[in-house]
Amino acid sequence: MLDRAPAGTSAKDEVVRRVRFRGAGFVPASSRFGGWIALALVIAIWQAAGSTGFVNPLFLPAPSAIVRAIYQLAISGALWQHLSASLLRIGVGWLLGTAAGVAVGFAIGLSRLARSVGITFISALFPIPKIALLPLLILWLGIGEEPKIATIALGVFFSTAISVYSGVDAVPRNLIRMAQSFNVPFATIVRKVVWPGALPAILAGFRITSSVALLLVVSAEMIGAQYGIGAFVLQAGNLMQTDQLLAGVVILSVFGLMVGRVINWLEIRLLHWR
Amino acid sequence: MDLIANHITHRFGDLAVLDDVSFTVSAGEVVAIVGPSGCGKSTLLSILGGLLLPTAGAPELRGAPPADSLNPLTFVFQDFALLPWANVEENVEFPLLHAQLSAVQRRALVDDALRRTGLTDFRKTYPKQLSGGMRQRVGISRALAVKPAILLMDEPLSALDSQTRELLMEDFVRLLADGGMGAVYVTHNLEEAARLADRIVVLSRRPGRIREVVSVPMTRTERGEIAAREKLLALQNQIWSLIRNEAIDAEREVQHA
Repeated sequence: MLDRAPAGTSAKDEVVRRVRFRGAGFVPASSRFGGWIALALVIAIWQAAGSTGFVNPLFLPAPSAIVRAIYQLAISGALWQHLSASLLRIGVGWLLGTAAGVAVGFAIGLSRLARSVGITFISALFPIPKIALLPLLILWLGIGEEPKIATIALGVFFSTAISVYSGVDAVPRNLIRMAQSFNVPFATIVRKVVWPGALPAILAGFRITSSVALLLVVSAEMIGAQYGIGAFVLQAGNLMQTDQLLAGVVILSVFGLMVGRVINWLEIRLLHWR
Repeated sequence: MDLIANHITHRFGDLAVLDDVSFTVSAGEVVAIVGPSGCGKSTLLSILGGLLLPTAGAPELRGAPPADSLNPLTFVFQDFALLPWANVEENVEFPLLHAQLSAVQRRALVDDALRRTGLTDFRKTYPKQLSGGMRQRVGISRALAVKPAILLMDEPLSALDSQTRELLMEDFVRLLADGGMGAVYVTHNLEEAARLADRIVVLSRRPGRIREVVSVPMTRTERGEIAAREKLLALQNQIWSLIRNEAIDAEREVQHA
């Protein structure tokens, strides 16, 4: 007995002590400005190391040199030339892959036949690095934009299809039974129950597929493109222009962040009920 | 309109769940189904409501439903089954969307259902913002909106605390008072069964068979009076004595599973 009083003492003679708080930590929370302060600190140290000559700028240019390179790219028009080429490939490839992935994902989620056929094919083809198919796609589609767009679309398609049918599977069965108990037609159940129920998983899938699209556009442009951020980064590397190379990397990072913000906004707008 | 359980038998693979269950729920009658855990009460309700195909036998309807009924057999679910992305009004309107109704007619039905369940002030509220009792009120309101002939209620109060249960039980008594709507009320709570039902179907342990059908010899209004408490308690004890030993066996079976 932990709290048993020693024999012969009355309760009012005993020392009163506060119960020690033991519930701190293990809460998934972050401070509001912690991330920004850490980022600013790293950039400041990086800049100081470059300015003092502690780090050779050929290997790691200072942040100010990267900003200058981005500015020069912008005023020369080269930034837009490369960025527009990449955005076009990502946009078309992502849209095509997403449209096909959503359609196939819903078919797998809703049809027994589509599930048995679709999951077999997806399991077999999903693990293939899609960039490995680019030479084959060039052979099929020529050396223009089509093979690059097709590579992105393929990469996006598989991840989208998987996230969509996982989302459909995760829709609570009791909601579907409820709708059936009111004789709600199949199409209305899909539109009013399955679609909104699967939306959290679909949006989570978009987050992944936007990264996949970015990865594949850079890879495809490095293999066979004259313009595009990937081609620009490769050229800069070949010419030892590391400030330009890192400028390309920063642009890719900013693009990824912006896409993440758009998806955050979509989640806030569409999943406000959570 | 009468609902008939006609020799219903059901198996899940090798597991026999229901064995030759037959009874009739007459128009406006409230029938409670009680029995030990796992005796197939909820399975029977799903079969009666057409959500599950029985292995043998069939649920049947005799007579025409009321002319204004949009869904004669309507469920009230234990877990409420509300669309979390829809507010109260949208949830209640959901089963009306595919009916051949104008927006004005739909609105009138929703307003009436919300008024009867005291939800008029909560129509724009989302389920996550409501207490368990209020969520079940939305489930009841949704059921009322389609003007059912028979409510199929699957332990509708079991997820709620005792005070909320009491309040909702009063609501059920009020809603079923005029005899215009019948109900099949599945519960493991004998007090609820005795308070609400005209007849109580007692099922045996799995496979569920009808052990006894007990009539409650009082009107629902009389049951609310203090003088009736002793009789209701005696009735509960009578039913409990029928299922006690099997309830103990069922509990041990669950623990060993």
